[in-house]
Amino acid sequence: MDALMLSRLQFAVATFFHFIFVPLTLGLSILIAIMETVYVRTGDEDYRRMARFWGRLFIINFAIGVLTGITLEFQFGTNWSRYSRYVGDIFGSLLAIEATLAFFLESTFLAVWIFGWNRLSPRLHNLSIWLVALASNLSALWILIANSWMQHPVGYTIRGGRAELSDFLAIVTQPFAIQQFFHTVSGAYILAGFFVMGISAYHLLRRQHIAFFTKSFRMALIFALIFSLAEIVQGHIHGGEVAKIQPTKLAAMESHWESQTGAPMWLFLIPDEKNERNLVEWGRIPGALSMLAYHSSQALVKGLKDFPKDERPPVTLTFVAFRTMVGLGFLFALLTVVGWFKRNKLLESPGFLKVMLYAIPLPYIALQAGWIVTEVGRQPWIVYGLMKTTDAVSPIAASQVGVSLGAFILVYSLLGAAAFYLMIRYARLGPQPLPAAAGEEV
Amino acid sequence: MLGTIWFILWGVLWAVYFMLDGYDLGLGALMPFLAKNDTERRLIYRTMGPHWDGNEVWLITAGGVTFAAFPTAYAVMFSGLYSALMLILFALILRGISFAFRDAVDHPRWKSIWDWCLILGSFLPALLFGVAFANLFQGIPIGAGGIFQGGLLTLINPYGLAGGLLFLLLFTVHGSLWLAVKTEGDLQQRGAAMARRLWPWLLIMAVLFLLSTQRLTFLYDNYLAQPVLFLIPAVAVAALIMIRVFLGKAQWWKAWFASAATIVATTLFGVVGLYPDLLKSSLDPAYSLNIYNASSSPLTLKIMLVVALTFVPLVIAYQVWVHWLFKDKVREQDLGHEEAY
Repeated sequence: MDALMLSRLQFAVATFFHFIFVPLTLGLSILIAIMETVYVRTGDEDYRRMARFWGRLFIINFAIGVLTGITLEFQFGTNWSRYSRYVGDIFGSLLAIEATLAFFLESTFLAVWIFGWNRLSPRLHNLSIWLVALASNLSALWILIANSWMQHPVGYTIRGGRAELSDFLAIVTQPFAIQQFFHTVSGAYILAGFFVMGISAYHLLRRQHIAFFTKSFRMALIFALIFSLAEIVQGHIHGGEVAKIQPTKLAAMESHWESQTGAPMWLFLIPDEKNERNLVEWGRIPGALSMLAYHSSQALVKGLKDFPKDERPPVTLTFVAFRTMVGLGFLFALLTVVGWFKRNKLLESPGFLKVMLYAIPLPYIALQAGWIVTEVGRQPWIVYGLMKTTDAVSPIAASQVGVSLGAFILVYSLLGAAAFYLMIRYARLGPQPLPAAAGEEV
Repeated sequence: MLGTIWFILWGVLWAVYFMLDGYDLGLGALMPFLAKNDTERRLIYRTMGPHWDGNEVWLITAGGVTFAAFPTAYAVMFSGLYSALMLILFALILRGISFAFRDAVDHPRWKSIWDWCLILGSFLPALLFGVAFANLFQGIPIGAGGIFQGGLLTLINPYGLAGGLLFLLLFTVHGSLWLAVKTEGDLQQRGAAMARRLWPWLLIMAVLFLLSTQRLTFLYDNYLAQPVLFLIPAVAVAALIMIRVFLGKAQWWKAWFASAATIVATTLFGVVGLYPDLLKSSLDPAYSLNIYNASSSPLTLKIMLVVALTFVPLVIAYQVWVHWLFKDKVREQDLGHEEAY
């Protein structure tokens, strides 16, 4: 394998791993902040213990998320130096802004939250976790603005052999960035909600810490319900943006080969990339693709065959990932709606609780699938329409990348195993009794 | 003008990073020599606990600013120093995780694994940052079109190794002093004794480095052109001597600040000598990347300047507040406490 292929693999490994841990922190920080706020407002000790219990799980994820995030920033320089040189004027500044606005805030105030339980007034302590939640989501906003620029470059001019900034506001306010931000964080909030519900279900099934985990479950349920429903509407709008600005991605998402007006959707379909057709098409919904993409059942949807072969993304992977994400998205809405009707009789619904326990991995799969659609669907471009991935790689030896890729796989596997072990351990252990520390305000 | 401002900011960011993360890298590397039992190891972790992550963000910001303000230099520097940077990355990841994971399971083997992650993960970056920066000061083999012509072992040369040792000594003295500041009793005494023992070596290494800089690099050219700049190495040397003076008087905080000043002045000494180059080519000065041929567009630099001048002071303000919030010495009774990772 050459340095290009190895670098792509390495980027995939580093990004996937990073994004196993980050989404939970985006949503869980908010849930913990709400829990502590309820405690501060009502004095209900359960909510304080909730903040602490979920806080431990949060910290594990946060630490890995932050540390593996450094890799991502550095990799643009180490492995994608031609890309960095070509678009650094824009892309680099967005990353630097993310660090300055968000990373300092979240890292500093998380430490305040962890070590400050007895040093700060309850209100100020609560404020510190709100700042962590704000900063985590702010960091998501900036990195997604940067990614959106790769999906849909705006506000630049080509000068001196590189892309230079010409309109900063156009970049940070472009609709695609806003859509992608809401789509990603909603997904992250769903994931956090399912995480809390799943672990709560585990304890409720065992009839332990019932009040504690009923409160946790219900709070997470409302959170996940809101965002599961919102995500369906928002995902539709986001899809419309993709149709408008990335027609090849849309065609790959649907494995849509021939341009046609009134394009249908197929309930079941197997792509046959080699022969530029679908092997199986079943369950035709007339005009549905045109309708969903362009709000008119007669609209023209361009097919993959209308694009040069070397400008098409891998179809099967994009298609399968898209279907997985959408299917799971609907399932999340269904499960949370069912949950809403069972919210007052959780203990009498062991079947539902069991489903929710085993549903924990599903949002993780949905989110990773979503990123496959976003990134694989953008290929062969690294910046859509502007720079191809093959032109972006560093002039480095393949052996160097091979060694670092091997090291990434090894280190990340060990880390992942340790983190998984710890999370299961903490989750099973349940809330711990509060130690009666000196000067404790109760 | 904008390029010069950003060059200074770039140097200052790296200097602040070394000043802050320097103490926790140095202390982490020295842990086996300073702690005798598990309680003492936990105390050492605890002195860095609330700060290491905030310190490390300065690295992300310094890297991000290199990317934003000088994308061409960032591209060549990071791809050219590939293996060294990857080593630093893995080291930083493992040591960072050890803070969060170490005390999560009460088992000697588990703890000892993470302790070694902290020790090696602190030692390696301390050494490698020095090697990398000394090589930047000296110049690296960059060819036409900014292609790095060196190999894996290019960075391993006498001046690079001298830089590595210098940084290692700077950071370990800095870390020992942090321990003296943050603890009491035995640990404090051991921290102070370690700083006293390392200090003469630091002095020798600093002198050697200044001399070999004269022999092996062009850094002094800027100083000879603008003699007032000699104030910077003078501050570094004066601060270095003040470390020893304050150590003798058992004034730990003052000694720590003197050490902080030494690190900042040493970093700036090299950076100012480099100006206007960010990456000096050792093959031909024409291939060097400098503020004229490697910087971002004026618009980007202006926007980033507004962002930096607005938010960096804010960051400094709340990080100073956090250091004040956790200003107390770490005691054994803090460990049984619920405030921990």
